[in-house]
Amino acid sequence: MESNKAELTEKIIDALKEKYEDQVLGIESPYELLTVSLKKEMIVEIIHYLYNHPDTRFQFLTTLCGIHYPDQNAIAVMYQLHNMVTNQRIRLKIFLPEDDPVTPTITPIFAGANWMERETYDFYGVVFEGHPNLKRILNVEDMIMFPMRKEFPLEDQVREDKSDNMFGR
Amino acid sequence: MQTVSLDKVIVSDKPDGLEGAGFFATNLEKVVGLARKNSIWPLPFATSCCGIEFMATMGAHYDLARFGSERLSFSPRQADLLMVMGTIAKKMGPVLRLVYEQMAEPRWVLSVGACACSGGIFDTYSVLQGIDRIIPVDVYVPGCPPRPEQIIEGIMNIQRLVETESLRRRNSPAYKAMLNTYGIE
Repeated sequence: MESNKAELTEKIIDALKEKYEDQVLGIESPYELLTVSLKKEMIVEIIHYLYNHPDTRFQFLTTLCGIHYPDQNAIAVMYQLHNMVTNQRIRLKIFLPEDDPVTPTITPIFAGANWMERETYDFYGVVFEGHPNLKRILNVEDMIMFPMRKEFPLEDQVREDKSDNMFGR
Repeated sequence: MQTVSLDKVIVSDKPDGLEGAGFFATNLEKVVGLARKNSIWPLPFATSCCGIEFMATMGAHYDLARFGSERLSFSPRQADLLMVMGTIAKKMGPVLRLVYEQMAEPRWVLSVGACACSGGIFDTYSVLQGIDRIIPVDVYVPGCPPRPEQIIEGIMNIQRLVETESLRRRNSPAYKAMLNTYGIE
């Protein structure tokens, strides 16, 4: 079983490298989840390729989200895909510049990405080009920040009744 | 089993007034206050754990019905008292405000629990830091969550306000000015 799993993982990497070797920035497996960092330019094409390739068939989008790396001045977008037949998972990561995080939408491939991309926009300000309805989904519409970015403090800034000394802010 | 003779049961204390054979005279305000105080229809706006404490308060053991609040009103149009229990997220703010605006005068607001009163432990960008930022509050019940006894004390404090409130208060310019500070007509 273990060797079978390693074999399947090997096949996935081979399938990816076969066509997009120049796009791969790094491959690792933290907590045994195959993670591939990619260049941002061809992400939609690569996801489409992994969807159809007979060795990968990642036809289910588990989740999609943003990650802020303030020391690299980068906002990453992470896609988790699942092959329901072989029960294989993969995580794809692309890195966008902090000051202009723009990437194409994957809603034509996975309709379920619609709300996930809206959430990523809401919290990280990532603009998904071609998204049918890119607006805030969880936060109030008039919010002027992207609260999960590190430059924005967690605490509500309008309150006056809590002394910093008493509440450890 | 202990028996209580009916003439010892006090349903409600009678207000000050002149009493004689076959008549009792007092002023209208006191009678209206007495009636209102003992027939408050609360509208529960329960969003989290304080709501569970409220359910205990309404249940047979603590029994809020003893205070004249037998009937909960789930329509704001018929409610006298808005009981806000639980964390109010900023996105819930306009909903709460709309519910308050739909209530007919006279109306009172009871803020139950640390979150409704001040945001509580949720000192964060998504949570309203106290409902008094959007609607006027009459009585605050602190606690995280407060016990049913404390909620009942809050209700009794509301009753005290209801009983003693002037009948003209809601028509006064001061009251309108107070509402205007919240941006409510």
